[in-house]
Amino acid sequence: MSAGRRIALGLVAATLLALWLADLSAPRPDPWLTLARIGQGLLSPDLSDPASLAHAAMLTVAFAICGVALGAVAGLLLAPLYHLRAVRLPCIAIRALHELFWALLLMNLTGLSPLTGVLAIGLPYAGIFAKVFSEYLDEADARSAAALPPGTGRVTALIWQRYPQVLGQVASYMLYRLECGLRSSAVLGFIGLPTLGFQLETYFRQAQYDRAVVVLGVFFLLILPIRHWARWRLMPGYLLASLWALARIEVPPMGAGALGRFLGDITPAPIRTGAEWGPWLDKVLVQQGWPGVVDTLVLGQLALVLAGVLAALAFPLIVPRVAGRIGAQLGHALLVLFRSTPEYMLAFLLLQILGPSMLPAVLALALHNGAIIAHLLGRQAETLPLRADAPRGLTLWGWELLPRLQGNFRALCLYRWEIILRESAIMGVLGLGTLGFYVQKNLEELRLDRVAALLVVTVLLTLAVDSLSRALRRALLPQDRVRIEGGRGRA
Amino acid sequence: MTPLVALRGERLGWGDSAVLADISLEIRPGERIALLGRSGVGKSTLLAALGQRITGARVALVPQDHGLVGALSVFHNCWMGRLDDAGTARNLRILLRPSAAERAEVEAVLERVGLAGLGRRRVAELSGGQRQRVALARALLRGGAVVLGDEPVSALDPAQAAALLAELSGQFETSVLALHDLDLALETATRIIGLRAGGVVLDAPVSECDRARLMELYA
Repeated sequence: MSAGRRIALGLVAATLLALWLADLSAPRPDPWLTLARIGQGLLSPDLSDPASLAHAAMLTVAFAICGVALGAVAGLLLAPLYHLRAVRLPCIAIRALHELFWALLLMNLTGLSPLTGVLAIGLPYAGIFAKVFSEYLDEADARSAAALPPGTGRVTALIWQRYPQVLGQVASYMLYRLECGLRSSAVLGFIGLPTLGFQLETYFRQAQYDRAVVVLGVFFLLILPIRHWARWRLMPGYLLASLWALARIEVPPMGAGALGRFLGDITPAPIRTGAEWGPWLDKVLVQQGWPGVVDTLVLGQLALVLAGVLAALAFPLIVPRVAGRIGAQLGHALLVLFRSTPEYMLAFLLLQILGPSMLPAVLALALHNGAIIAHLLGRQAETLPLRADAPRGLTLWGWELLPRLQGNFRALCLYRWEIILRESAIMGVLGLGTLGFYVQKNLEELRLDRVAALLVVTVLLTLAVDSLSRALRRALLPQDRVRIEGGRGRA
Repeated sequence: MTPLVALRGERLGWGDSAVLADISLEIRPGERIALLGRSGVGKSTLLAALGQRITGARVALVPQDHGLVGALSVFHNCWMGRLDDAGTARNLRILLRPSAAERAEVEAVLERVGLAGLGRRRVAELSGGQRQRVALARALLRGGAVVLGDEPVSALDPAQAAALLAELSGQFETSVLALHDLDLALETATRIIGLRAGGVVLDAPVSECDRARLMELYA
């Protein structure tokens, strides 16, 4: 049996198992009732408090800009050292944890302060930037290095010859990351930072749909035209304004010795108090970690499969030869909407409509990631050299586009798997049974040692899925050199 | 006079594959050497080896692919020839804020290669011939006793090529230049080294060479 067939069979088996384990009921008696009330809110939006909306919008941008700036500076400094294991491994570990987990953890150290938000975005992004920038540096033209005088110092060569060559790529990748940062920043509001997510959550919980839809609208007004307002020459101004806006937030005092207390708290209880290891490990790993891991994998698996199906069906929406010129524009609009909405926010919205089960999270993850894969596939489809007499419409999709893009499609799905898993873990904060649920539960009980242990489990799970995805990609596409992460920045 | 560099029965190449076998030659200060031979015969390999072996003198390089950083300005690419003269901090300062004196120094060299006024232009925006002149300007700015050039004027018209080779002669006491233009080689060199089939088949003062003898290298 070929590698491709074995992998496909494994995928089907894993999906069936996940379907059997998952709770996909929608217990809300009548989702149409909520939908109708949201529709009413859409028809009569409440714009009575523009000042607080504007403030939340400004802070959403400020957190994103400061977090991305911190991550990028750290990434640029770390990138030349990325080949060292001592740099690479910490980078892998910090980017394996979702921004929301970082925020939940840091809140015990820096409180509900701007620093928490900036670090929560900046730390995982630093790990991502370091990896991507080091790839850029590796691919940079080495010929000009040979032309440098002998005896040129390493640092001098770095800043004169290596950095300048990747500057363009770095700049456009940073703008792409700013868009991600804006989504992260909005999501951080769901756990209490003063961004748009905070207002959205509050209004939804109070069923003030007329206000909630306005918050959503403002978020789209920020993120959809990001290419137009996020210009490099405006960035210094944005950065200063962001620092100013964040500095004005009033912070409740944390008390002295916060760091010492935090470090003590995250030390496992058996070390701290001399309690038995057995019950502690049983509680953390068997009673919480294991069900959390299973649910995270189940959710990730279902979301991945659905995202793949949606992407395969939806990518021709943006190919004019299939959907027509106007159809392709509508397709773009639809995909952009789902790409721009953070998974967590989408899951929260669907949860309000469909009620608590795994279904809203599966749908949210599948819609967001499916739209991203569809967008990338669609753009590749437009560049395929087609015969002049190639068919049009769905025939083209089935006979030419899908077969020819198969390799890319698999690579993209496998690549998104790790990202979907990272997101699946945090869905627990919304009340699902994934790892985030147990993290949140322990935070409420102020058991930081268990939180830290579960976050280590999360990191290990992400790394395991990442290496599995890499191995599968190698088996399926031995000559695959597509770098998807930077793809958007390079276009 | 002691030679600048001496190769004795050396085997040169990239990795395991030898491009040139059993090479013996000496280069003395003041010589103007033209390196001739068909493409792929090992001129670049020999130049690279000479670049590594010459240790007692300051050497300027003009690589065949220019070795420029497209994202930086013409000024910065020229100044790259001098990065070993200063420490990291000073180099960083010049990268960010070159002084008027430094700009003027580069401008003087740019005038000699016919690029006056282009110091602030990004190299990525230049034509092929202009880039080659930037690589030449970098070598001129670096200065020193020896210049090693790999087809340093290949992208220029004959008149410019002759003028720029004259500039190199005026600046450097010794030169080793791979050339493909035989007339230019006969006009400017004092000694001709011809490579063929993995070895040196001609090594003579220019007075003993004529066009017919040089053409044999390409037959």
